[in-house]
Amino acid sequence: MLAKRIIPCLDVDHGRVVKGKNFKNIKDVADPVELAKRYSAEGADELVFYDITASYEERDIFLNVVENVAKAIDIPFTIGGGVKSVDDFRKILLAGADKVSVNSSAVINPALITDAARRFGNQCVVLSIDAMSDDKGSWEVYVKGGRENTHINAIEWAKRGQKLGAGEICMNSMDTDGVKTGFDIELLKSLNSVLTIPVIASGGAGTMQHFAHALIEGCADAALAASVFHYNEIDIRQLKKYLQERHISVRL
Amino acid sequence: MIGIIDYKIGNLANVKNAVQKLGYEAVISDEIDVLNKCASLILPGVGAFEDGIKALHEYKMVDFLNNWVNSGKYLLGICLGMQLLFDKSFENGIWDGLGYIKGDIVVFETKLKVPHMGWNNLVLNKNDDIAKGINPGDYVYFVHSYYAKTADFNDVILYSEYEVPFPAVVRKGNVIGMQFHPEKSSDVGRILLKNYLEMSKC
Repeated sequence: MLAKRIIPCLDVDHGRVVKGKNFKNIKDVADPVELAKRYSAEGADELVFYDITASYEERDIFLNVVENVAKAIDIPFTIGGGVKSVDDFRKILLAGADKVSVNSSAVINPALITDAARRFGNQCVVLSIDAMSDDKGSWEVYVKGGRENTHINAIEWAKRGQKLGAGEICMNSMDTDGVKTGFDIELLKSLNSVLTIPVIASGGAGTMQHFAHALIEGCADAALAASVFHYNEIDIRQLKKYLQERHISVRL
Repeated sequence: MIGIIDYKIGNLANVKNAVQKLGYEAVISDEIDVLNKCASLILPGVGAFEDGIKALHEYKMVDFLNNWVNSGKYLLGICLGMQLLFDKSFENGIWDGLGYIKGDIVVFETKLKVPHMGWNNLVLNKNDDIAKGINPGDYVYFVHSYYAKTADFNDVILYSEYEVPFPAVVRKGNVIGMQFHPEKSSDVGRILLKNYLEMSKC
């Protein structure tokens, strides 16, 4: 049976992990490679790295990180942040990543999804969406790190992304992101009822129960979180045991 | 030396890393002279079947691989590389494969999500050296929308289930295929890759 996936997410700036302090038993807490190894050993099913470096010149530092991570771990990982072209895809995939996630750039240029999917396969194109609830009981797509409302309906955008060739949708709820009150179950349910590709739930993880909700009630195929793992609030192994006890299929 | 066939389909460095970590020397090459000197070969690959088979022809690999396989030397296909070992694929048209293993590549017709993406567990169909050390329920990492419908289920060593049972590891003599990514499947992937490298050593 296909297991539900648990995915820690790491923000990388200038080749270092941001929000990476408070780690025990780890030599260099801000080293993405060390952290990747640790999460991998703890049973993470995949990893996601976001390049939050602002300047274009520093892209090479990040690609170097991608190469080193690929050498160090043997689980799949996704790279996102600032991906604008098919050539960006190519560089990241050649550095050893398995998937590439696009967000704002795909809203501006939806053909990027199709072009990348044709060139490298649907499986490596992840459409990441930042969504916030509107006053009509639905959700709208935000871009530029959540600063700009596009007024595009998030469910419709996800459907279009699937049609354009995305192999997976990562849905980040801005309503719940960072507040640790649980994933947006309504958003996930709406999404899963219309999509035939896998959905990663993102934003809001605070407790182990939140993960169970996203994977059962929200029907998500995977759940992503950052701070609960970074700050050792939730141990991945314990989380997976917890989920297994609730009859959720996980890789242990 | 383990030869990794470079036909410009997907990232090969991860496979090379995985082989090297197991203590074997590996070379990525598109040159027949180089590959011909190797003890065994790996055919990786991601993407569409059409692109894969066309690229094999373009790099003049088909005759070379036919001779290689006929001479009894070992070949491991991974993911798309495994699918290419079969007779035919129905992915966006009908394409002839290498025909080393009898069967067709068909799409998952299911209400479940496609691509079949993530960790799924293995079930043993047949005892074989390639499956040595694998325990029932062990997980490996899959990413694919099409699967191999083998003509003879006896060619299936390990399988997995996604509404239907589908082959995870196939073997026809010296030709072996893995639908998942052993290089991305943590400890279990390492065991399976090691089994291949050990059995194809001499």
